[in-house]
Amino acid sequence: MMTNTGNHLTQGQFSFLPALTDQQISAQIKYALNHNWAIGIEYTDDPHPRNTYWEMFGNPMFDLKDPAGILLEINNCRKTFPNHYIRVTAFDSTRGVESLKMSYIVNRPKSEPGFGVVRQEREGRNISYTIHSYATDKSEGERY
Amino acid sequence: MNNPSEKDLNPVESISIDLDAEFRESNIREILDKLDRELIGLKPVKTRINEIAALLLVDRVRKQIGLSAGAPSLHMCFTGNPGTGKTTVALRMAEILHRLGYVREGHLVSVTRDDLVGQYIGHTAPKTKEVIKRAMGGVLFIDEAYYLYKPENERDYGAESIEILLQTMENNRDDLVVILAGYQDRMDKFFQSNPGMRSRIAHHVDFPDYGPNELVAIAKLMLAAQNYRFSPDGEKAFEEYIRLRMTLEYFANARSVRNALDRARLRQANRLFTQGKKTLTSIDLMTIEAEDIRASRVFLEGKLDHTAGAIS
Repeated sequence: MMTNTGNHLTQGQFSFLPALTDQQISAQIKYALNHNWAIGIEYTDDPHPRNTYWEMFGNPMFDLKDPAGILLEINNCRKTFPNHYIRVTAFDSTRGVESLKMSYIVNRPKSEPGFGVVRQEREGRNISYTIHSYATDKSEGERY
Repeated sequence: MNNPSEKDLNPVESISIDLDAEFRESNIREILDKLDRELIGLKPVKTRINEIAALLLVDRVRKQIGLSAGAPSLHMCFTGNPGTGKTTVALRMAEILHRLGYVREGHLVSVTRDDLVGQYIGHTAPKTKEVIKRAMGGVLFIDEAYYLYKPENERDYGAESIEILLQTMENNRDDLVVILAGYQDRMDKFFQSNPGMRSRIAHHVDFPDYGPNELVAIAKLMLAAQNYRFSPDGEKAFEEYIRLRMTLEYFANARSVRNALDRARLRQANRLFTQGKKTLTSIDLMTIEAEDIRASRVFLEGKLDHTAGAIS
């Protein structure tokens, strides 16, 4: 059964916790910076779990030393897309890894209607299931 | 609302704080001593740095007993001739501010106009912001800052860059310290046309030129850092060299000293190579002799200059 615990999208790190404060976000960014991971800020209004590639807000940020600069960008993104999902990602470029090491949501729409189950009847009385975000019934940019 | 003065003052009087202990704890002495040792002369600069260090230390102590004052504005402007140590001091400043906990990371991002100003409309703002983001938690050092503003070209994008800088200097005072550097007269002109910049910079530090004795002391320090030293004659020759060099054109204080020493090292190596001595001692390899210095063109030109002066 698909549930929507606390009307809350649970993807990435810390998603079962209450929203991170700016101070906590800074501490997480600091951790990533200490490992020389490149930080990116991404947003979307289609939070389907299989929607891997969100839009990037600006370029990924390399060679920064201090989280303040990234927090500035996050706040810019929040101002531009107050009703979108925004996540912060940390990309590890080490050979052999070359993928995200961290990803957590830093901004959510005010109300998150969640997902519903869609049943499709197939041959031989088989049922295939998939999930569908209620929000995506509307067009892009008007979903939340 | 209520009367805060009575309530606040009483506990304050009863607390005593050991400023000395705080001073020792911050390791600031070590860094100030290093500054004193490694930077020759520069009296006004050192005084100002000591004052800033003292202010930050006292502020920290005050904060411990609940006497809060807003973070002081520490944006600075270094003016002085080439080679007077502006960049070196800026680097050291980043370290001092880091030790005192004023900046979080203590790195120095050194930029010039090229790094801040873009080439077409809409290019400047992202470029400047990128640099500012990189400098956050540390010190942003803008060398030759007066090039940012070109009054003769009204479509120049430098003004946009200045505007963004001003905004960050005001709003993100906790996040970064901006240090502008340049020649005195041009910086004065720059501030005249950008009064907003002048008022946001609390500390104007002037770097005086070095005297000949100070330059010799600097030369000795530079040599020591590279494991060289003067022979007694060599030192005398270098003193003469400096006095002559100072009268010539394009004299750039410590930078000229560094170049002169580099050339002396070349000549020393050549001398060792050509003299055909079979066995060299470590002393040979370390010592710069008078002849390595006296072979310089400066002795020729300097004297020529002198005689020319005598004739006319």
